[in-house]
Amino acid sequence: MKHTLAVLVENRPGVLARVAGLFSRRGFNIESLAVGITDNPDISRMTIVVSGDDRVLDQVTKQLNKLIDVIKVSDLSPADAIGRELALFKVKVDKGNRSEVIQIVDVFRAQIVDVGIKTMIVSITGTGDKIDAIEKLLRNFGIIEVVRTGKVSMNRGAKTVKLEK
Amino acid sequence: MGKKTRMTGAKALIESLYAEKVDVLFGYPGGVLLPIYDEMFDADINHILVRHEQAAAHAADGYARATGKVGVCLATSGPGATNLVTGIATAYMDSVPMVAITGQVPSSMIGNDAFQEANITGITLPITKHNYLVTDVNDLPRIIKEAFHIASTGRPGPVLVDIPKDITTDELDFEYPESVELRGYKPTKIGHKKQVKRAADVISKAKQPVLYVGGGIIIAGATDELMELAQTINAPVTTTLMGKGAFPDDHPLCIGMPGMHGTKYANYSIQESDVLISVGVRFDDRVTGKIESFAPNAKIIHIDIDPAEISKNVRVDIPIVGDARSILNMLVEFIKEDLKGQTRTASWIKKVNKWKKQYPLHYKQDGTLKPQYIMEQICDMYPDSIIVTEVGQNQMWAAQYFKYKEPRTFISSGGLGTMGYGFPAAMGVKMGRPDKVVFDIAGDGSFQMNSQELATVVQNDIPVIVAIFNNGFLGMVRQWQELFFEQRYSFTCIDDSVDFVKLAEAYGALGLRVTKPEEVRPALKEAVESGRPTVIDFVVEREENVYPMVPAGAAINEILDLEDQL
Repeated sequence: MKHTLAVLVENRPGVLARVAGLFSRRGFNIESLAVGITDNPDISRMTIVVSGDDRVLDQVTKQLNKLIDVIKVSDLSPADAIGRELALFKVKVDKGNRSEVIQIVDVFRAQIVDVGIKTMIVSITGTGDKIDAIEKLLRNFGIIEVVRTGKVSMNRGAKTVKLEK
Repeated sequence: MGKKTRMTGAKALIESLYAEKVDVLFGYPGGVLLPIYDEMFDADINHILVRHEQAAAHAADGYARATGKVGVCLATSGPGATNLVTGIATAYMDSVPMVAITGQVPSSMIGNDAFQEANITGITLPITKHNYLVTDVNDLPRIIKEAFHIASTGRPGPVLVDIPKDITTDELDFEYPESVELRGYKPTKIGHKKQVKRAADVISKAKQPVLYVGGGIIIAGATDELMELAQTINAPVTTTLMGKGAFPDDHPLCIGMPGMHGTKYANYSIQESDVLISVGVRFDDRVTGKIESFAPNAKIIHIDIDPAEISKNVRVDIPIVGDARSILNMLVEFIKEDLKGQTRTASWIKKVNKWKKQYPLHYKQDGTLKPQYIMEQICDMYPDSIIVTEVGQNQMWAAQYFKYKEPRTFISSGGLGTMGYGFPAAMGVKMGRPDKVVFDIAGDGSFQMNSQELATVVQNDIPVIVAIFNNGFLGMVRQWQELFFEQRYSFTCIDDSVDFVKLAEAYGALGLRVTKPEEVRPALKEAVESGRPTVIDFVVEREENVYPMVPAGAAINEILDLEDQL
């Protein structure tokens, strides 16, 4: 079972090492981790996808909360949250199939962000499933290079993961 | 307040330590610490110069455990800092409040593999409650304030502050902060009232309750509350190794230690309990044995200040997070309302007492010198001592055969099981409690891991008594080899290592040797009355084993005694 955690942390050097180190030494599995600054420059937000049952999730949450630099941990339920990843694919193209690639990109509402004589870079944001799907199609043309971010996630509606006053 | 004084980082560190009322500090100088040590020269702090940084950490730990105050140690960069690591890990596992200060190479050289550089914040990440690398001298007072606050509150633990050399010579306008602002650190103190009520109702209905209590009681200062609870519900109390002294060993409701080398009756009681009231404990594997068969019929109530301990090892029915003292207070009030002076445990106590009578702790007295006998004599002659231990058989006998009545009188590396802990820790204990007779109960193996500190106790006149149970073996490992590896004593024989009496004398300490039971009491008397650091070499029965014993992987009621066949 996969869980998505939104973790607010102090924006300080070494915090990522503290969080990552915690996962490895306690034997928790990180599927992905994405981190960036929030609207408050003192606070960063991590989105961590972790696999494990409810007991594991419970321990992960409590252990994260024990870190002094961790301010808040929220479990985002998949039904109530939006999740997005970004991927870049460098695809091998030639005169014959370039338009075919463009068609696929249109269908997926992806973007072509670089065009070369023999390559194109396709940029796509979406759920992990959507990115997997376009990857499968692009494979037919030959993918030279892939880079994917970890998932970022946010609650739907008015609910927020914010620092309580 | 508001008065700011211009000074160097080194001076600011000393001023910060004053503000935290640090009167004793264990340390060892080095290159990057020179500015700090120059300030230390005139400082109104009793600096104890150890002979190995590991001892500084253990001594700070012993001081903290004996007094409840934060222990402080100081070491230089690189090897000085890495030598602290075992001591920091020991303190971390046993929730000991400690601030470890390390020097670091100058900021501009960090990451360059400079001389005596080690990434000590990286190294200690998993064994500190928190750590800091100071990057701006202006942050130093705040960081020291936070370090002491974090170390001593909530579930206590070690905090390391790494200070690059340039920070100690940089200047700042010093002002010590009055409070800390840590939005990510707000330990829960007061227990959830509804949960406490739920627990009270379950306890009030229990017919076979057991109180399973540990170091959390001592840290929270909740011994009186524990006593009141035990008496109110008339339930037996088992204290873990870390909880020794939380409940008096000579109290009729005390059933001794649980687990691997616990009493049979403590283990039987836990296994047959219908409600297990667990306070300030963490269900360590040495206590639970085979976890699936632990307290199989019990509803488990778990009171702990650290939410991460709840349901970590066993499923808990009623968790209560918070300070043990305030929760026990609340709990007793609710239970008193429920019970109205009645208890339902009379037949349970009868049963427990029958086990107690049937399976007492015992050993074979055959005229040879037995470690258990020595412990009994220490207990009889100096019942108010503080007993510090090394790790292994000596530790278990010290736990079993001395009657602890007060908190902070049994001091031992429980979680990490650090050989070499006892002697330097005893040094710290004696610094914190000079009024007490302090024994380090040692094995000949453990003592040799930090025996260089004889120089420290002699130089600083710290009269601790090291009682070596000298069996010429790494005894606990030998015991396992005897029982589970066909007596193949692979690299556990260390006989004729050294003449401990001459070793003591070489350092200027008093050295005594005891080979017969009748010499025990005179030697103890001589040691205590000498007022000098003393090593007593008790040449004990070589292959004595610690019993009872739960074999690894067995349930705790599958506990074997001296007479049982393995």
